[in-house]
Amino acid sequence: MADDKRNVIVDIKGVSKHFGTGDARVDALRDVDLKVHAGEVIALLGPSGSGKTTLLNVIGCILEPNQGQVQLDGEMVYDNRWLRSDLRKLRLDKIGFVFQFHNLLPFLDAKDNIALVLQLAKKSKAEAQARAIELLDYLEVGHRKDAMPAQLSGGEAQRVAIARALANSPRIILADEPTAALDSKRAGIVMDLLRKLAAEQDACIIAVTHDEKIYDRFDRLFHLRDGQLDHDQIN
Amino acid sequence: MNLAYRDVRHNLFRFLLTCLGLSLLMAVVLAMIGIYNGLVSDALNIVKAPQAELWVVEHGTQGPFAEASKIPGDTRDAVARLHGVSEAGSITYKTVEAKFAGDTLRLYVIGYQLGRPGGPQTVVEGRNIQRSHFEMVADRKSGLTPGDYIRLGRDNFKVVGLVEDTMNSAGDPAIFITLADAQTLQSQLAPPALRVQIARGAGLLESENAVAAVIARLDANADAQSVAQTVRQWKHLSAMTQAEQEELLIQSVVDRARRQIGLFLGILLTVSAVVIALIIYTMTMEKLKQIATLKLIGAPDRVIIGLIVQQSVALGAVGWFFGLGIILLVKDYFPRRVLLEPHNAAALAGIILVVCVVASGLGVRAALKVDPAEAIGG
Repeated sequence: MADDKRNVIVDIKGVSKHFGTGDARVDALRDVDLKVHAGEVIALLGPSGSGKTTLLNVIGCILEPNQGQVQLDGEMVYDNRWLRSDLRKLRLDKIGFVFQFHNLLPFLDAKDNIALVLQLAKKSKAEAQARAIELLDYLEVGHRKDAMPAQLSGGEAQRVAIARALANSPRIILADEPTAALDSKRAGIVMDLLRKLAAEQDACIIAVTHDEKIYDRFDRLFHLRDGQLDHDQIN
Repeated sequence: MNLAYRDVRHNLFRFLLTCLGLSLLMAVVLAMIGIYNGLVSDALNIVKAPQAELWVVEHGTQGPFAEASKIPGDTRDAVARLHGVSEAGSITYKTVEAKFAGDTLRLYVIGYQLGRPGGPQTVVEGRNIQRSHFEMVADRKSGLTPGDYIRLGRDNFKVVGLVEDTMNSAGDPAIFITLADAQTLQSQLAPPALRVQIARGAGLLESENAVAAVIARLDANADAQSVAQTVRQWKHLSAMTQAEQEELLIQSVVDRARRQIGLFLGILLTVSAVVIALIIYTMTMEKLKQIATLKLIGAPDRVIIGLIVQQSVALGAVGWFFGLGIILLVKDYFPRRVLLEPHNAAALAGIILVVCVVASGLGVRAALKVDPAEAIGG
């Protein structure tokens, strides 16, 4: 039990979030509890508007819940002690994001897209460049380090985006439809890669997905319906 | 890593195209400043040209530039005898139109006494007037060159030398001729008009002998105001110091044009500010997803503000530089003198810098309002 506690990276208790008031009030999250352990890869499933992205935003320190506790890597956030700049720093240090459409900055090449995150974390230019190349090599896109995002294929761009998410060795990787823009073969490769990274870096991965082909790549599947986590399916 | 520079480099063609548009606007702003300076400078040059310290004109007038003035020609002798006056000369001014090489030239004729104050100071080509009749020194802008002949009234004048930057406040190039020739020119009427004047018994001699003003240079230790006061005791004369004459010219003759150009300049700068603000705002709106991503991955606000403000300043700086280049290339083709001083260009650079920083505020505001959550989702 003590080991289990130590390894919990995301611990959410009784989190609720609503938008609007009165008749226009929408309850995006209702009393959500979720624990994710180091090395775990979990999926958030559910129809559109069920609250998946809201939950991702709450975990990603960009949306404060109305109620409940959120503990990330041992730190309690949203408890009135956190400034916006603190949350930004927390995102930079502990959370990596992988997007549906890679979201690489179009004016930076692959290497610099990764180096930017490291330089924001006060790493020297040389250190950032070296780490970026190391990550690109690790993800087998090192030969595309000087390519601009527009010159990369969908799979290459997503690997570069994953490399960027990993740059600061985050404990939490949040992925929003990471395979939606990829064919099934590449989707499988990307998911295998994320699983490998979670295991090697002792991080957890929380992905929002609709892609049934990759359900078997997750340790657990969580179903969200009308803002409630009503199902925890273990693969 | 300078994101502003990387973004500009990535969209270099579009950035340069935007800069070109802005530089044309800057060129217009600089042209207006130059025209304004030229207007004031031309007006003052004509007053400064005789290097006078005292202007004696007709009583009750503010001549000879702001108002017409006519005083007897022998006034010069009386002024020259005053205590404190070292030398004095009679002078006339008149605008004429003359045909030359198929064109009609508007010329500002300055008549002066050879060897006395009032003549051209620096002849840049050819020589000064040496004969007492039918020679002239012309401003280069007139298009005349030494050796040319031009008919003024009933006489042909030979151009013997050229001066530069000597025009009246309307931009008409000046020509210098002797006072005697100028007085003849002044009294040369068309034959029918002359017959009417004779029939009425008007004294031609009196009119011929009149001058517009007497200018005087003073002894080193003389006080211009006290000499002017002495002149004012003659009831038919007024006197102004050089400073008063310059002030009068600026306040009366060029003031309206100056204010008009000043107002237009203000409008142009406002338009420039709005254009820069719109460009920066549009550039920012196109980057909202990238800005949201930057925020999400942990970029502080100063990185995002820097991206916008630096691009805005770069836009202004390149626009200013190209604009200055354009106006320096074309300024000599303007019909009126475009006078740009280094401090004008520097002042505009400062104004543009402020305008760019302020104008980028709209873009910065939009960028800071971007929710990092916008990076998540399609």
